[in-house]
Amino acid sequence: MAAVEGATRRGNGAMARRSGADPAGASHRRSRRGRGTLKFYLLIAPAVLLSAFVVVVPGVMTAVAAFTDWDGIGLQAQWIGLANFAEILDDPVFTTALGNNLRWMLLFLTIPVGIGLLTALLLLTRPRSRTVYQVVFLVPYVLAPITNAILWLNIIYNPISGVVGYANDHGLDLGTPLSNLNTAIYAIAAVDIWHFWGFLTVIYLAALRQTPVEQVEAALVEGANGWQVFRFVYLPNIRSTMQLMWVMIIIFSFLAFDYVWLLTQGGPAHATEMLSTYAYSFAFASFQFGKAAAVGLVMSFFGLISSFVYTWLSRKDLNA
Amino acid sequence: MRGRMKHVAVIVGHVLLVAFAATALFPLLLVLINSFKTSSEVTANPLAPPTELRLDNFAEAWNYGHFAQGFVNSFILTFTTVVVVLVCSSLAGYVLAGKKIRVWPAVMIYFMVAMTVPIQLFLFPLYYVFAQLQLLGNVVAVGVVIAAINMPLSVFLMRTFFLKIPKSVEEAALVDGANTFQLLRSVMLPVVSPGLITVATIVGLMAWNEFLITSTFLQGGEESSITATLGYLSMNGTFSTDQGVMMAGAVILVAPIMVVFILLQRHFVDGFVSGSVKG
Repeated sequence: MAAVEGATRRGNGAMARRSGADPAGASHRRSRRGRGTLKFYLLIAPAVLLSAFVVVVPGVMTAVAAFTDWDGIGLQAQWIGLANFAEILDDPVFTTALGNNLRWMLLFLTIPVGIGLLTALLLLTRPRSRTVYQVVFLVPYVLAPITNAILWLNIIYNPISGVVGYANDHGLDLGTPLSNLNTAIYAIAAVDIWHFWGFLTVIYLAALRQTPVEQVEAALVEGANGWQVFRFVYLPNIRSTMQLMWVMIIIFSFLAFDYVWLLTQGGPAHATEMLSTYAYSFAFASFQFGKAAAVGLVMSFFGLISSFVYTWLSRKDLNA
Repeated sequence: MRGRMKHVAVIVGHVLLVAFAATALFPLLLVLINSFKTSSEVTANPLAPPTELRLDNFAEAWNYGHFAQGFVNSFILTFTTVVVVLVCSSLAGYVLAGKKIRVWPAVMIYFMVAMTVPIQLFLFPLYYVFAQLQLLGNVVAVGVVIAAINMPLSVFLMRTFFLKIPKSVEEAALVDGANTFQLLRSVMLPVVSPGLITVATIVGLMAWNEFLITSTFLQGGEESSITATLGYLSMNGTFSTDQGVMMAGAVILVAPIMVVFILLQRHFVDGFVSGSVKG
């Protein structure tokens, strides 16, 4: 964060120097800019157009399709108004899914954030072993969700050949975590958290290391204990990083898909359904693309709120 | 008294770090030891070390997971994504960093919103368009889609790297009579190359690991279009009773990623940290 702010300040410095240039130079620059503007639009066009064709155009189509009974096969569709939304709101599975997304959010805002912060603080005072621990903690994060999900499914959660099955046979009753209606969602969250927390360690450690040494030393000279140094020196310094991570986690909580789909596909009996899997099943299991679009639109609504907060939090960077 | 407390705290800290490291690696250790065992050995005790280093599981997993084809396709997909992202994001990053166009704040806001749009908002119509254009199963086309999804983050990253270049560098090149292409190619590109490596590393990893888009657009297609991870996923249906083979397949998938990760760990860590600032 501080690194980027540093870059931003340097950018501003360059701006200030430039605006202090002599008027003749300024007019010369303006004429050059006038002639060259089209060229710069051409340079930025590939990034914007590619994003627009893949994200915006189909996104608008989804917004329209949400009000139709489109089956995703032909182009025929009837305008049915709010019927999709009414049906979804009536569906108990939607409530389950939304509840699971909220539960997911609470789990991820606490457990990985806690572990990430704790491990980052521990690594802060261990400069020599830091690199090795960071690499080890990141290993699950760099592996593909498919790999991670299948290895947990087969060697840990499998009631016959997995560690859970072995424990069950040897007097430690762990049940069947993924097929139990009450535990399935937590069993999936465990895998996703296992894969994710190391990322937060690395982010928080990078933020903690930006704290000015003088501040820490001054606090220690004045007799602050470890907790006070953390609370009054480190925490204020990493606040913006913490906030951005929270917003990121909230956004991802409403989009969570990979591990849920790979481990349970929303089952058993919709117990682990999320908005994403709920939408996906409508589209590719029952070919109700209109309904899938409606759920997608609801998801986007939550995402949009979060992204406003996100844009607002990073506005400092935008004004560079 | 205080000294002893401190001593205890240091030991507790070490124990915690080792415990968390063990948690991160334990499932992967299980994968490794079970990849050498027969199915019945795994079922008997998944925690026991292998009695001999048999390689049969690996040969079987390699064939049935279609890894030869899968790795080629994963490589083509990742390469496509990385090339498209690097070209487009560096050009856009240059324009945005230098505020070369009047609408630059609008473009920034556009990318900020695009970055947090859920895939489910555009997946279904995009699938329809892909089906109409007969692009389902086309690895390169899917690579371009994944490039588009990662474009906002990459543009922001490249922009911050261009912001670090002093204005005088660009102005000196223009005074020397360089045109925009020469300026970008010979002056700017070498300076932002660390940025290009960082972006390539994290976007490459995302493309290699991508699940939702890849499985939707490639899985229904021919066997010739599956990626390495999708091949492994298809194996899970047929081989889920032979855990030894499944674990050997996991080793085949994990090993190359681990090698690349350990070799490029600096760039991965840099990429995650700078990427997290903007997404």
